[in-house]
Amino acid sequence: MIHDQANYEREGEGVREPLLSEKGQETVDVRADSPLPDDLTREELTLPNPSEPETARHYTRLSQMNWAIDSGPYPLGSCTMKYNPKFTEDVAADPNAAIHPDRSARSAQGNLELQHRLQEALADIGGMDAVTLQPPAGAAGELTGILVAKAYHAHRGNDRSEVVIPASAHGTNFATAATAGYDVVELPSGEDGRVDLEALEAAVGDDTAALMLTNPNTVGLFERDITEIADIVHDAGGLLYYDGANLNALLGRGRPGDMGFDVMHYNVHKTFATPHGGGGPGAGPVGVVDELAPFLPTPRVRETEKGSGYERFEPEHTIGKVHGFVGNWLVLIKAYAYVARLGDEGLADAAAKAVLNANYLAERIDLDVPFGPFHHEFAATAGDRDAADVAKRMLDFGVHPPTTKWPEMVPEAMLTEPTEIEGKSSLDDLAEAFNLAYADTDEALDAAPNRTAAARIDQVGAARNPRLSWQALDGE
Amino acid sequence: MSRANGTPYAPHTDDETAAMLAAIGVDDEEALFDIPEAVAFDGEFGIDARTEREIRDECARVFARNDDLTEFLGRGHYGHYVPSVVDHLADRAEFLTSYTQYQPEVSQGFLQALFEYQSMLVELTGLDVANCSMYDAATALGEAATLADRVRSTAGDTVLVPEQLREGKRAVLENYCDGADLTVETYPMTDGTADVDALADRAGDDVAMVYAESPTVRGCIEERLAAIGDLADETDALFVLGSDVVALSVLESPAAVGADVVVGEAGSLGLPTAYGMGLGIFACSDEFLRQVPGRLVGASEERAPPEGARDGGAGGADAGGTRAYTLTLQTREQHIRKERATSNICTNQAWVALRAAIHAATLGPDGLVDLANDCVREAEALAARIDELSGAAAPVHDRHHFREFAVRVDQPAEAIATDLEGEGFAVHAIDDHLLQVCVTDLNAGRTDGLVAAFEEVL
Repeated sequence: MIHDQANYEREGEGVREPLLSEKGQETVDVRADSPLPDDLTREELTLPNPSEPETARHYTRLSQMNWAIDSGPYPLGSCTMKYNPKFTEDVAADPNAAIHPDRSARSAQGNLELQHRLQEALADIGGMDAVTLQPPAGAAGELTGILVAKAYHAHRGNDRSEVVIPASAHGTNFATAATAGYDVVELPSGEDGRVDLEALEAAVGDDTAALMLTNPNTVGLFERDITEIADIVHDAGGLLYYDGANLNALLGRGRPGDMGFDVMHYNVHKTFATPHGGGGPGAGPVGVVDELAPFLPTPRVRETEKGSGYERFEPEHTIGKVHGFVGNWLVLIKAYAYVARLGDEGLADAAAKAVLNANYLAERIDLDVPFGPFHHEFAATAGDRDAADVAKRMLDFGVHPPTTKWPEMVPEAMLTEPTEIEGKSSLDDLAEAFNLAYADTDEALDAAPNRTAAARIDQVGAARNPRLSWQALDGE
Repeated sequence: MSRANGTPYAPHTDDETAAMLAAIGVDDEEALFDIPEAVAFDGEFGIDARTEREIRDECARVFARNDDLTEFLGRGHYGHYVPSVVDHLADRAEFLTSYTQYQPEVSQGFLQALFEYQSMLVELTGLDVANCSMYDAATALGEAATLADRVRSTAGDTVLVPEQLREGKRAVLENYCDGADLTVETYPMTDGTADVDALADRAGDDVAMVYAESPTVRGCIEERLAAIGDLADETDALFVLGSDVVALSVLESPAAVGADVVVGEAGSLGLPTAYGMGLGIFACSDEFLRQVPGRLVGASEERAPPEGARDGGAGGADAGGTRAYTLTLQTREQHIRKERATSNICTNQAWVALRAAIHAATLGPDGLVDLANDCVREAEALAARIDELSGAAAPVHDRHHFREFAVRVDQPAEAIATDLEGEGFAVHAIDDHLLQVCVTDLNAGRTDGLVAAFEEVL
């Protein structure tokens, strides 16, 4: 077993850290010392029992086998992987903030005040009238927004059955609409990569509850016809939903509310640099125009009439709840701290540098970049190379590759989003990694990666023969 | 090398920005924005940029406006002491600042940690499969209902839940059920646990799912889970059991009582109550493997290297066959199956799952069982002390309790709760004359104070 992977040289059986269960497990007789009768308890419990030093080493080793934004560039398109300022962790770790959710409003004035401040800031940034912080992730925000739209239509006695979604949209949009009970109408992209107004006219009608759109879209193109798009949807009686996944490119430069969007979600873990934690927790606040505010989840927060403090209230026609309480609170605190650190000028400049970086990197790489001009991200095509192979080879050059094979409108897509945090030299390195990998031999691409903690992993085999726990490995 | 950026987190110097603009062939950043004038924004939010120190001070001041109370609150959100080692390990930037493991070759560490978390839940539930994190107990329950709808598509559309259920959980469930055209109905409870006879009368072909909790929202350990499981089984309804990660370490195994799915909270390990932030459990039997919502990590192998590999190292002739981990069964997920996906879940609670796993490893099975046993003993002892006070009776339900119990008070419960706040303690008012008290290792040292405060206000 090799415990030194500083140079990523591997031999023999490769680099690995045993499972805790492989280092030893202990079985406890649960009934021996139980205050409960035997018929309510299990007989035994078997789990690893490492000492604290062993635990520390185990998880430290695991952390070392992990790419992170603090390790280097992480230009995953549509994921907006930014540097996470360290001080926001300290702000969120305040024990006074981690109170129990059932606290009375009277005794939780501090939390209510910060919620209120964040609601107001997000409403300003999105050009919306009212915000809920409840959804615990972007996809949960989508579901909240679509349920609000559904409740709005139902309240007007105008049930509608369809949600229109561009083919290039995030997969969550489709799944969200279906989860809310809607049929999905897929909208083909126009030849320029944007929404085709004629196709949109044909797709919307009396059954249209909403159009879900991200702007800039998933190949980094701004939907220039947004005013016409909004008119078409509104004339049909539908609502316009803004998927906030790409909001980073618009900060302080354009607001969904000004473009005619009625409801939107914010991916605060993307736009406002809160750590993604290996896949969450995130948070997906939802903003709406005045007309939709009565349908937002409960509880909401407002200033008391006397202005002496804050109170919770239930919106008149609330959809109820989409999370057990107010959502992923600690993530929201970090988002607040980030917005406060940047202020007006910083927010606008983050968008400017993100757009500058994307355009500079697109200019520097040898791969073809169709469409344009683009904002914060671009979908290069690997052409006759396999995008996934090129990505694996990029790992060998010390960078994390972009999102691959998506969106499908670009063949062998490599969706790249450097964000504002990479400087010129870092972007030059990224471009070099792109270009070296793209120009490499078929054999080299096929063998890649071979300077990483693990060689190429058999993902097909993992799905064919699922082994999802250490119990399932018994006998191996 | 002046960095004249508005954002403190962009490294560009003026010279670099100029060089980059020249390379692109534009004069300034504005030329890169393709936003029509009619919808461009040139106003101000009025958000002043502050320094780190100012923001830390500002937030500390705001949070200090929360009253300093000793909380005896529970009802689904539980605080246990989180050992320091959990913070220090989980806060390592390689975990904290990573993303979903789309390139498993450089994400083996997090993948293995999630695989170990899944394994822990498999042991605790006795079921075959556990996903690696959902948002919280309420949303996990909602996802269970949509799973019931998919796997019981020929049967009914009613979801049966106990009449005593946390309101927020019920409200979230209603929203998931609304989209799936399911109807939520309640079944009665007797003295804090399920009225199994009434449930038997209600069972039938129109029921897609039966949900029961142990411990219940009142803190009662459900004594007839196997009977509920049998009832569900007879009508081919999905039996979904709600619990939490600490209680599961001592209570009878969900698999042994016939649970098809286990949902609940795992954030009670690794997280403080955190104003309701959580970590949902979702475990089920193999039968539903391809219908499970959310992320799954599987074991696989490194691929045998192709001929002609170069660079030495892993691509060398000796590699291949080494166990490695990867996200798997992604054809269930939203980015592949779109509207036919098992769930819209994308980002979830991976880092919270990591925290729960580290906390469990730190406790070991002994520590977990001790913690759970204390949850029974402390509740019993505190209820007995409150019961001695005039004007209060506890526990209201004649059951075994876990962490929490109801108290009947002669005076209006809301008024008592308010008065207790004045004495520095937070308890929950359930209705007119019922309070609920929750005790864990965090507040067990303050029970003398609570009892004295009760005496003061009763």
